[in-house]
Parts: sequence; C-alpha cells; structure tokens
Amino acid sequence: MLCDECKSRTACMHIIKIVNNQKTEKNLCAECAKAAGEISLSFDTQSYVHDFLKGIFNHGLFVDPQMLRGQESCSECGMTYTDFNRKGKVGCSACYTVFGGQFEPLLKRIHGSSSHTGKIPKRNGGTLKIKQQIKKIRQQLEQYVINEEYEKAVLLRDEIKNLEKEIGLSGKGE
Amino acid sequence: MSMENLLDQPFVHWMSSGAQDGDIVLASRIRLARNLEGIPFPQRANGEQLSQVVSQLKSSLCDLNNNEQSDYMFVDLEKLPLLERLVLVEKHIISPDHAREASNRAILVKQDTTVSIMVNEEDHLRIQCLMPGLNLVKAFTSANQVDDIIENKHALAFNEELGYLTSCPTNLGTGLRASVMVHLPALVLTGQINRIVNAVIQLGLTVRGLYGEGTEAVGNIFQISNQLTLGFTEQEIIDNLYSVVKQVVDHERTARGGLYADTTDMLVDRVWRAYGTLKYARSISGQEALALLSDVRMGYELGIINEGSGCNFNELMVITRPNFLQKMSDCSELSGNERKKLRAQIIREKLANN
Repeated sequence: MLCDECKSRTACMHIIKIVNNQKTEKNLCAECAKAAGEISLSFDTQSYVHDFLKGIFNHGLFVDPQMLRGQESCSECGMTYTDFNRKGKVGCSACYTVFGGQFEPLLKRIHGSSSHTGKIPKRNGGTLKIKQQIKKIRQQLEQYVINEEYEKAVLLRDEIKNLEKEIGLSGKGE
Repeated sequence: MSMENLLDQPFVHWMSSGAQDGDIVLASRIRLARNLEGIPFPQRANGEQLSQVVSQLKSSLCDLNNNEQSDYMFVDLEKLPLLERLVLVEKHIISPDHAREASNRAILVKQDTTVSIMVNEEDHLRIQCLMPGLNLVKAFTSANQVDDIIENKHALAFNEELGYLTSCPTNLGTGLRASVMVHLPALVLTGQINRIVNAVIQLGLTVRGLYGEGTEAVGNIFQISNQLTLGFTEQEIIDNLYSVVKQVVDHERTARGGLYADTTDMLVDRVWRAYGTLKYARSISGQEALALLSDVRMGYELGIINEGSGCNFNELMVITRPNFLQKMSDCSELSGNERKKLRAQIIREKLANN
C-alpha cells in the first residue's frame, strides 16, 4: 500500500485520529508520519535519559515560582535556568555555583543527598583530601570511644588536630 | 595501529579471546567525564572555545606518549567522512553522539586501541578504556592513569561538594561510568531475563542494548553499567558492578547448563541450524546474522560445536554491522540487498577459513 501523503513510498503505519468525535484514518510512510508530527520515531536521536531529565523539573510537587521564571543567567556562559530546563544540560562549571540552590532538589532526586567522596584532582582539589581524611578518622575515633579504647582514641584526636592545623595553614598560604 | 588499520581492520583489542569470563562477558569499559576549567561545556561553547579545547588536548599528546610508553594517535573527526566515523562507533571506539557532530571534535586513540579520549563530546573529555572480558579494575587503572597525565597539565572543573563537574548532572562526582557488555542467550531463551534485569536495576545499575543509550539488545547482548556517580568512591562503584555482573554470569552459566541438560536435542539442533544458515546463506540481514551468531557463540562455549572454532565471534559481530560492510566494499553506496549479500559472503568466508 502506498503512503496517502507522498504517494510514492510504501505506507508502514495506519493512523486513526479521533478529534471532536470526527474519525479520520490515514496510511503513512515513516518519513511522512515523522514530518507531520504524527508519531515520534526518533528513539535514537535524543537519549531518553535527557528527555526524562527535562521532564523531571516540570513535574515536581513543590516548585519555587522563581525557578519557573528562569530569568537569572550565568555570568560565565549566559545560560538561564529555562535553557537548562529545555536541554537538560548544564552550560559551564560556574553554572553549578550560580544555580546551586535550584539544582539542589534535582541533584537530590538523581543522586540522593550525597557529596563527592571519590577521586580528587591534585591541582585544584584544595583541602578536600584532608577534610575527607579527617572525616574517616573521626568515624574510627567514635568507634574506639564506643569500644572504650581510649588510648587509641586519644592518638586519633591528636591526628585530627594536626590535620586541622594543616588545613588552616594551607588556607592562609593560598 | 595506523588510522587506516583502525578503520579497515575489523579486529580491535577488546575482541581478544581468552579473557576472564570471556565466555559470557565480551568487554569491560570505563569512562571518565572531565571538563577543562574556565571554558563552557561543549554544548554551550562557541567554535573558537571548542577548538581551544582541541588544541589544549593535542598538547597533551606528548605527555601521554612519554608516560604511557605507547603511541597515541590524534584524529580530527572533521577530516573523517561520516561513514568512517560510524565505523568507529560500531567498533565501540567512539559514541554515536560523537560521530554525528564532527566540527571541532577529535579523538586521541592509544596504539593498541584500549584507550580512546573523545574530545568535545558531551563533555570536553571522555576518557574511555575498553578491555576484553571482565576486566574492570585494569580498565579503570588505565583510564585513571590517563586522567592523571592530563590533569598534570590542565586544570579540571571540580567542586568540593559535587566532585568533577559535568555537562549532564547525571555524571557529577566521579564522572565514572563503568560498563560491561554481556552475552546472555540462555537467560533470554529460558525467559529469565526480565527477572534478572529487574534485579540488576534494583541494585542501582542500568541495563541497555549493544550500542548504548536507547538501543535495543540485538544478539542477546546487554550492557550493564552503574547509574549513580556521586556519593560513592570509584572503588565502590566498580566493586558493586563487578559483584552484580559476577552473579549475572553465574545465572547465565547455570541457565546454559540447565538448557543443555534438559533440552539437549533442541539446543544442539538450534546451534547447528544457526551454523548451517551462517555457513551457506547467500543473503542475510544484520538482525538475523546477530541472532544466529549469538546461537553459534553459545554452542561453541558449550562445546556443542567445534567447527569454526578459530573464528572470533566478537569480531564477526562487528564485521557484519552495516557501516563496516559499507567501508569494506568497493561500491560507493550499497543497497540493502547488496549489503545482505556482502554480509553473507563475508561470514561464509570467515567460517570456511577456520
């Protein structure tokens, strides 16, 4: 069967539309159906994760009205929150600071309320490595206190103090 | 490996046989998403900024060669015709997205093809390491080394709370996507696959088809990868994926064993029929070829079939993809039927010689 629209390609779908109780039927080929916007065949052109992400913003229960206005733009790359809503992609690294508050609920939805615990770049990782180290030692210290191993706990407490001093010093040096 | 070889030779390192759990796991991949500080992410950057990223990365070529003691090749995607870019997708060297848009896009590929760095894909840098079999740790070590070498020279976008900053919020934190390509014909045949996929998803992982996001599972090949990138260390992400994949592999092995024990005649017949069709067909579609190759691969692993055992099924799966076939033919543009004929011919030749 040929396509009702172009009358040259083979029709591969039968479309039944009911608008205001008026029923129309058409046989279309993939190209014409796509052109007429009858059906989306573009599974591979846009990844569904991003489509899904875009949708996520508009279906929250508690949406800050300011967020919807989306007027504020990033000074580095010019992205507005509306741009982000449309594309689901962030413009530049500064956007994460500019829209930090707005991104927060979204990030919580994707990753849960967590912060980075993985690799830290040497160059601009700042004092994070030491902070993470302190966190780990503190957990160990609590364990020692629970087990009443106070001698070990004291050693760790000193270690934490030293590390904290180190951050303080390196903070002044920067 | 020269550029010509990279495009013309069907074989790349990840297809090697004899790797850990290679009967079920085709390949393991690690991908790190990174961005240079101070330049907008590729989607938002202008041509000048994008070419700045390319030239900055090009300057790391020497460091990579010195530190890794291997030759890296710089490939300007703009200079490659679309067909050749698509061949690289079929060989899993670049992503479909990277092939689609070529201006100011590049790749750095290690000589042995285990590491490729996509420049200006969704992020400025996508460091990818592909290894045969279940080999996540080795793949991560390689990718991590490359990351260190690049970081030595360039400041990367990083935030103490959010980790490595990426264009898509789903990659924040470690920027790490670890994935494993698995061949699960017995779980599909015994109808257990949905149950397994659901269990895997509940453990925080995703399951997709052969060529990544939004593709279907042709030839019973699935990709399992981590979903979350923030709040876990690289080690934790890899450990979690590894232990889940190990279980999937065990289930597949049990299913294969059970299938063979319970329905020996049916399975033996199925495998030999698949082999017969591949060996003698004069025209075959890509879908059919992958489905039959899947049966033969399983039959070979179960010891049902020994003929054609010298064949590398991973390689055959790539050779019979449409763009690779087009690249191999002298014809300017193969029609659908010509492609089917060429595909059947290549499979026949491969099976006859092994």
